[in-house]
Amino acid sequence: MAGPMRIRAASNGTETEVKVLMSHEMETGQRKDPSGALIPAHHITELTATHNGRVVLSGQFGPAVSKNPYLQFRFKGGAKGDKVTVSWVDNKGDKRSDEVVVS
Amino acid sequence: MKSRKYAVCLGVSALALMVPTLPALADATSDGIAHYRELLAEGNPAELWEMRGEELWREARGPKKATLEQCDLGQGAGVVKGAFVTLPRYFADTKRVQDLESRLLTCMETLQGIPAAEVAATPFGKGEQENIEALVAWISAESRGMQFNVPTSHPEEKRMYEVGKRAFHFRGGPHDFGCVTCHGDDGKRIRLQDLPNLTQPADAARGFGAWPAYRVSSGELWSMQRRLNDCFRQQRFPYPLYGSDVTIALSTYLGVTANGAGESIAPAIKR
Ligand code: HEC
Repeated sequence: MAGPMRIRAASNGTETEVKVLMSHEMETGQRKDPSGALIPAHHITELTATHNGRVVLSGQFGPAVSKNPYLQFRFKGGAKGDKVTVSWVDNKGDKRSDEVVVS
Repeated sequence: MKSRKYAVCLGVSALALMVPTLPALADATSDGIAHYRELLAEGNPAELWEMRGEELWREARGPKKATLEQCDLGQGAGVVKGAFVTLPRYFADTKRVQDLESRLLTCMETLQGIPAAEVAATPFGKGEQENIEALVAWISAESRGMQFNVPTSHPEEKRMYEVGKRAFHFRGGPHDFGCVTCHGDDGKRIRLQDLPNLTQPADAARGFGAWPAYRVSSGELWSMQRRLNDCFRQQRFPYPLYGSDVTIALSTYLGVTANGAGESIAPAIKR
């Protein structure tokens, strides 16, 4: 199972900036191992971010995204103490969801 | 973005090839590389290792089911903050100078009962070595922004500094290379990589003070021991044993040279 994400969320009063580091292999499915066999694709396919339960970002990820991806985005609103949750699902059905309190 | 990242690297190194004939472009290239590094540093995945390392420190593990919280990194049992910038140093219990990694081996063996020799023989990035990588990420991060202050008061510390200095300047192997061949002059570069002049304090602080580091090219966190191993390879020397005296001597030489000359930014992000 993938390790926890590192999420930071900071509000400036009008907007909240979210920075997310994800721990994931993001294997493209194009590479070969030393014996020449194809390494199967293993990457995040969907990512969702919610603010106090409301979806503020929903994205589709694929093999072009780097290993251990970093994502940064802003949404309108949000205040100190609110909750931001980031979740992803990958092509093998693994899931991960982590939460952070807005500072 | 694997494919795109690769394209960027190719683009920049194509420019680098033109540098000798176009000095004005050299600055633009270095600026471009610096900007690329800045963008990378924003989301340095080393933080993922830091998180894991902090957990591992407090996790009861090994045959003795103990945590590392009583490990003495030189600042007293359990003190992590500031330890990284004062290593390598002499430890009275082992009667030898140790760097962070060899000291962790001691703590894992004595506190947790995990055999040091087994860990030392494990390939980088696997098993207990993976745990060491997380631990060094967190431990070094706890000294982020602090100046190097590697001690030289104990006779063994002085000796290791002198041995390290000699090892650094020792040339041999099929190309008659020494560390000094690649790291003994200002302003050198191999392809995209600036080569720090590790004989000079500011560069030593910048170069030594960046590792452990996350390597974007492989998506791994490299410890200082692994960094040194790769430089032995580039030097066409055999790999040194993990945690062996020559690696500790080299780190002592680099650390002492870096003293007071810059802040530790480890774990940094590297190409
Ligand atoms: C053939 C050239 C070569 C030799 C010889 C060499 N290195 Fe390196 N070294 C490099 C390169 C290239 C890098 C940068 C790699 C990178 O950034 O990807 C590097 C990086 C380093 C760094 C990290 C610097 C930084 O800014 O991140 C240290 C420390 C270091 N070397 C120490 C040594 C030591 C000690 C030796 C002798 C055992 C040595 N090197 C021998 C080429 C060499």
